[in-house]
Amino acid sequence: MFTAAAAAILITMFLALIRLFAGPTLYDRVLAVNSFGTKTVLLIGVMGFLSERPEFLDIALLYALINFITTIAILKFFRYRALGDAPDRKHRTDAWKRLSIS
Amino acid sequence: METALDILSWVLLLGGGAFVIIGGVGLLRLPDFYTRLHAAGMTDTLGAGLIILGMMVEGGLSLVTVKLVLLGALIFLTSPTATHAIANAAFTAGLEPWTGDDGAAADQGEASSSKA
Repeated sequence: MFTAAAAAILITMFLALIRLFAGPTLYDRVLAVNSFGTKTVLLIGVMGFLSERPEFLDIALLYALINFITTIAILKFFRYRALGDAPDRKHRTDAWKRLSIS
Repeated sequence: METALDILSWVLLLGGGAFVIIGGVGLLRLPDFYTRLHAAGMTDTLGAGLIILGMMVEGGLSLVTVKLVLLGALIFLTSPTATHAIANAAFTAGLEPWTGDDGAAADQGEASSSKA
């Protein structure tokens, strides 16, 4: 029964990969990466049960945390073009001036 | 008793797998970014929840189930938050929702992607 669930998750990961390459906007890609990450967490858990080693769940927990932080970090970077404190309009740092496009 | 638990876990895992596939098809096939966001975000929570519940039934009362509860709580908290953050970022950047007025839905995102 875990085989069926793993197959379903793998098919969905493939569909998410197609959306990731097709785009067309940045946000479609971020959404596809986020969805792919959630499916990876599930797949690691299911594979742990399939191979009778449920200790894999520790890795799945870590991956769930990293996946969330990755999504937020990508969104923040493409909005502010910097990963430190959110830049203040009045007190722009030199680094932010260099990175900023607009 | 053992068989009943196995059947319950089988149903939960199959249901979760079905929801996950439906979400994947929606992510690929729907016409516009916000509709795709809806498909992926909604089914993520339900499909992942059902699969984790199925694994919990299989795990029984042990440390495995404790870890699965943690994983489920984490996904339940972070998945809607991430979906909301993506939707908010797209809307703030000026990506217009598709209203169905014009026939050209597929390349609707191309025009506003340069603003991102």
